[in-house]
Amino acid sequence: MDRESGRALPPMLASVLGWLGEVAFLFRKEVLALFKDPANRIILFAPAFIQTLLFGYGAILDLQHVPYAVLDQSRGQAASELIARLDGTGVFTRQATLVSANQIAPLIDRQKVLMAVTIPADFDRKLASGGNGEVQVVFDGRNSTTAGAAASYVSAVVRALNASRSGGQGVAVVRRAWFNPNLESRWQIMPAMIATLSMLQTMLLAALSVAREREQGTFDQLLVTPMTPLQILVGKALPSIVVGLLQSTIVMLIVLLWFRIPMSGSPFLLYFGLLCFNIAAVGIGMTLSAFALNMQQAMLYSFVLIMPLTLLSGLLTPIRNMPLVLQYATYVNPLRFGVAIVRRVYLEGAGLGEIAINFVPLLAVAAVTLPLSAWLFRHRLS
Amino acid sequence: MSDCTVVCEGLRKVFAGADGRPFDAVHDLTFSLKRGTISALVGPDGAGKTTLMRMVSGLLKPDGGSLEVLGTDVAADPQAVQNRISYMPQRFGLYEDLSVQENLDLYADLHGVPQEVRAERFRRMLEMTDMARFTARAAGNLSGGMKQKLGLACTLVRVPDLLLLDEPSVGVDPLSRRDLWEIIEQLIASDGLSVLVSTAYMDEAGRCDDVLVMDHGRLLAQDRPQAITARAAGLTYRVTPEPGTPARDLQARLIDAPERVVDAVPRGGAVRFIRQSDCPADGMADLLQGRPVEPRGEELEDAFMLLLRQHDAPKPNAPRDAAIPEIRLAAKEDAAGEAVIHVRDLVRRFGDFTAVANTSFDVRRGEIFGLLGPNGAGKTTTFRMLCGLLPATSGTLEVAGVNLRRARSEARRKIGYVAQKFSLYANLTVRENLEFFGGAYGLRGTVLKQRVHAILDQFGLDGAAASGALPHGYKQRLAMAAGLVHAPEILFLDEPTSGIDPLARRAFWRTITSLSQSGVTVIVTTHFMEEAEYCDRIAIQDAGRMLALGTPRQVREQAGGESVDDMNQAFIAIVEQGRVKGRSAA
Amino acid sequence: MSDARNTSADDSGFTTRLVALVRKETRQMLRDRSNLMVGLLLPVVLILLFGYGLSFDVRDAPVALVIQDRSETVSELVSGLRGSPYLDPVDVQTMEEASRMLVDGKVDAIVQIPGDFASRQVKGGAQVQLVLNGVDSTTAQTLEAYVQGAIATAMARQADRGGGMATGTVTLMTRTWFNEEGNSRWYLVPGLVVLIMTLVGAFLSSLLIAREWERGTLEALFVTPVRPLELVLAKLAPYIIIGLIDLAMCIIAAVVLFAVPIRGSLVAIVLVSFLYLLVSLLVGLLISGVTRNQFAASQVALLASFMPALMLSGFVFDLRNIPLAVRIVAEILPATHFMGVIKTLFLAGTDWGLVARNSAILLGYIVVLTFLTRRTLRKRLG
Repeated sequence: MDRESGRALPPMLASVLGWLGEVAFLFRKEVLALFKDPANRIILFAPAFIQTLLFGYGAILDLQHVPYAVLDQSRGQAASELIARLDGTGVFTRQATLVSANQIAPLIDRQKVLMAVTIPADFDRKLASGGNGEVQVVFDGRNSTTAGAAASYVSAVVRALNASRSGGQGVAVVRRAWFNPNLESRWQIMPAMIATLSMLQTMLLAALSVAREREQGTFDQLLVTPMTPLQILVGKALPSIVVGLLQSTIVMLIVLLWFRIPMSGSPFLLYFGLLCFNIAAVGIGMTLSAFALNMQQAMLYSFVLIMPLTLLSGLLTPIRNMPLVLQYATYVNPLRFGVAIVRRVYLEGAGLGEIAINFVPLLAVAAVTLPLSAWLFRHRLS
Repeated sequence: MSDCTVVCEGLRKVFAGADGRPFDAVHDLTFSLKRGTISALVGPDGAGKTTLMRMVSGLLKPDGGSLEVLGTDVAADPQAVQNRISYMPQRFGLYEDLSVQENLDLYADLHGVPQEVRAERFRRMLEMTDMARFTARAAGNLSGGMKQKLGLACTLVRVPDLLLLDEPSVGVDPLSRRDLWEIIEQLIASDGLSVLVSTAYMDEAGRCDDVLVMDHGRLLAQDRPQAITARAAGLTYRVTPEPGTPARDLQARLIDAPERVVDAVPRGGAVRFIRQSDCPADGMADLLQGRPVEPRGEELEDAFMLLLRQHDAPKPNAPRDAAIPEIRLAAKEDAAGEAVIHVRDLVRRFGDFTAVANTSFDVRRGEIFGLLGPNGAGKTTTFRMLCGLLPATSGTLEVAGVNLRRARSEARRKIGYVAQKFSLYANLTVRENLEFFGGAYGLRGTVLKQRVHAILDQFGLDGAAASGALPHGYKQRLAMAAGLVHAPEILFLDEPTSGIDPLARRAFWRTITSLSQSGVTVIVTTHFMEEAEYCDRIAIQDAGRMLALGTPRQVREQAGGESVDDMNQAFIAIVEQGRVKGRSAA
Repeated sequence: MSDARNTSADDSGFTTRLVALVRKETRQMLRDRSNLMVGLLLPVVLILLFGYGLSFDVRDAPVALVIQDRSETVSELVSGLRGSPYLDPVDVQTMEEASRMLVDGKVDAIVQIPGDFASRQVKGGAQVQLVLNGVDSTTAQTLEAYVQGAIATAMARQADRGGGMATGTVTLMTRTWFNEEGNSRWYLVPGLVVLIMTLVGAFLSSLLIAREWERGTLEALFVTPVRPLELVLAKLAPYIIIGLIDLAMCIIAAVVLFAVPIRGSLVAIVLVSFLYLLVSLLVGLLISGVTRNQFAASQVALLASFMPALMLSGFVFDLRNIPLAVRIVAEILPATHFMGVIKTLFLAGTDWGLVARNSAILLGYIVVLTFLTRRTLRKRLG
């Protein structure tokens, strides 16, 4: 790398090495400036760690615990069997056994129970006579997802009861769930976090990188050096990308080792996908940075952008459920493709050929934002 | 009630040093200030002036001793003191997104100035600060000098029982400085104000009733300015250099002999110096080399330098010679005299506002070229265009034969740039900063190591120190070192001495002299007019126009003949003549 | 004696100073567009996204039907699937093709009816294969319930026709209170009030004091008769207005655009929202005063207030599914208390006991936070 040995190299190679050498100096400076601050060291890695645990334990859509109340007016054998089956699922916990229908409303209003099951007095009698025994169930719909899930559990219990009563001649539906055999929502959410959690800070970091130097007056000092805007761009973008990959690694290790969600695909492909995703995200951050007048603006602008990008990524709700206009808008959202790549590689074990199409929008975003920000370095000064 | 505003005894404040060990920022201070007087606080960077101001204003709690302000124990009841004093911190935090009027209103409301008094007060403050035209302008869009004046106006929206001013004239040009002091003196006359002001300008301290000299947290002297000045009596001289050689070369020789010479500065084409009292009057023949010497009247600055030198072990003033030959090697000596900077009809407009109008000048190789002018004159804009940071609206400019804005990066290797405020990476160490800038300029491996080592040595910097924690003067040295690490042929310095003390300024200019001797071209802007004496040629800009261009002597002559010995007065005269001319032309 | 004069003058100055400071804060807020973007534009974007863009409800989910048994029974069996508003079945010839579609994400599930279905039905042990893509476990679970239900219904109909057995069937009559149609928008939109109040409060205000420290504007301000409490109150004022505008937008959008009912008292809604807004503004100011650094403040604010409000307040993820330790953390958060009461007020009605209890908790937070924030603005440097 030093000048002496450079002389012995072919001129092309020497100039490329010189170019990279200057970028390396900027990279080193950026990394030093970032990690020398003990507060930064915490801020850059603790959130990834805490949020992964928080999401891992907090972001659960699977019903695990449904407190319920029962009002058994029939007191017959069939009614008892139904209640026994409900209690036997492990999901339903009987919170109260009622004696009057008036007790239902207060329990649900106060959110003491999620559902109340009423078995009418004529339940057993009707069943015994070959008729339909009607069970009434009331759900608290304030969280309709939970209510819906509880409702399908109750239906399954009732179906099973009917099947056993009719001698087990029903049709068995054999379920196989690919990529997530127990249909755990944690498997749906956590691998996607490998891309999502790193985006928040990589984008912000990139957005602050130039804005900070502008606010502190060091950017001029950098521009008068022989470095070209392209070199400055690369030198400034790389640390954010590296931080993004490190954060992704933290999240991935927790997902893999702590939550024990098995990885099906190739780690190399996963990292290649994350790299492209980070380049696109950093490109957006750098453009914001070149536009912003100060750190406050860089921060607020990137936040304004990050919120919709996260919501429109397909992380929680399928893209297909969105209105058509928004579906088109998601094509410029790097996170949509980042999440898609991570999920398909991590959970489905997809190969490069199967996911190649996802790289096109990522590279397109990078190809627009990165040159734009390099141009803005010199042309947005006064 | 006593007739004193501030009374302190054994006052002490301890801070944690850069190395983690505690040190006394203010050590065993005992003094009192009389009501109705104006007292100046002078001393080098790190003397403890700001710490003292902050304790008096109740923002810091003393760690020992007693401090009474206006008869109240500040530590016990800071709010009672804050209700009665006004304080202008070094960096007055104007709300830059609020207008001039809105800033004034805010402080008037906070101080509870009654509406009926307010109109008259505002009118007077705006008139004195000459800002009546700008009341609607956002404070962030004012020039540095105007910001200081507005800060003072906000501080003086009411008549306080005690006024504290912490370096109000830092970064302010001579005209604004004069205005600022006129305001203060008018208010003292009309309202009987008591004032404590810290300053780096000895001419300002000389205007006060009482001067306190501080160093390293200790009080070295407190007396009337005349009494302090008298301490230098009989030690001050003036020597004329050999015709055709710059005064700075002789000055450099003198200041490099600290055991015999306390201080030396170029002034009015000659060199003023102070003899060490223990050195016989005829003991410096080898330094003076037969040039004519005459005694001169002593000034406050002489006494100040004397006091500091007596209390301080003489620090290495000059850069170590070891590093100089390398810089000399880098610059081409053969082509001395050829123009390396070439500016013709340079214009820069921002919207309707012309920041730089029709400016032309050349700078020759090895020259020290000074660019002077009031705040907002267009100096920094000119600088930024020369360095390629800002495109010119029209005109041609070449630095080392190319326009840096369009030039390939190779051309930028030849220049060094030190921006106006300290702008290196504060959380990197000194060495890391230098290595980064060296690397950015293409230095590698052992060459880089040697250069960084040499430059650290040359500027007396500690490579492992955190840049952000350095005292101001050392930050400035580091900024210079970073601009020089790649041995540039041309060095741009934008107000490099703003806010640093006289000692550090001497050291700084000693370095510049060495650089110039080794063939480096230096372009510098400054607010200290006496520093123009170090330059080969100077240009004075105002409102974007070039008012004067020539050697310091030629400029002084343009200002009003030989009688104007003082560069400060020459500058004020030229700018005022220029403004009269500009107004009559319009 | 001159002290006495000063003191009386200062007490009367409280209003003047407060008005002056409020005016200053308001002007600063209005003059930086990035503040308004986060304060007003982002809430609008979020309202629209949550109202129109995001939906947890499964509608028209594409399902591949692989029917290898062309018998009458089977076509009757699948007719229930074809008519469902939730499913969009596509007929596919082979399992290979269907599998490929599942992997490519073209369908969410495969329903396979084997060639021997009809014959085995007679003998008993008939099976329907259901293959799900488990990556989106929420959709997968909902689909499973639909398919199970549709097949069970069809089988019950066949059984009825085949001369009803004497055993009788248990039927379910379900009712979902507060959200009869199980529309996820109904619980997302009231929850959005919490999210937006947190956003405006904690995130924007976290920059306020830090910015003054970073720009050095406090030193001169401190040496005036100004009191720390006045600074705190003045900083709150303009953002309270922004927060109330956002609240009004949320309520209007909920009613007009999304037809979410307001069953409780509007006065109570405004009251608790106001209290929560104060809490979250004070949290932001406290963070700002402690960190004195805009970047750190914004990150801490995100991590300590916004993320928990999103994850742990019961906004999307039902608290009942969360492990106990995490739930204890959730119970400490002001956002959880606000979330509980606001959803009830929108969807269930006014439960004054709940309103009083949660308002008291929020008031407690306000008192403690005001005290702490005032301390961070103690007029001392260093």
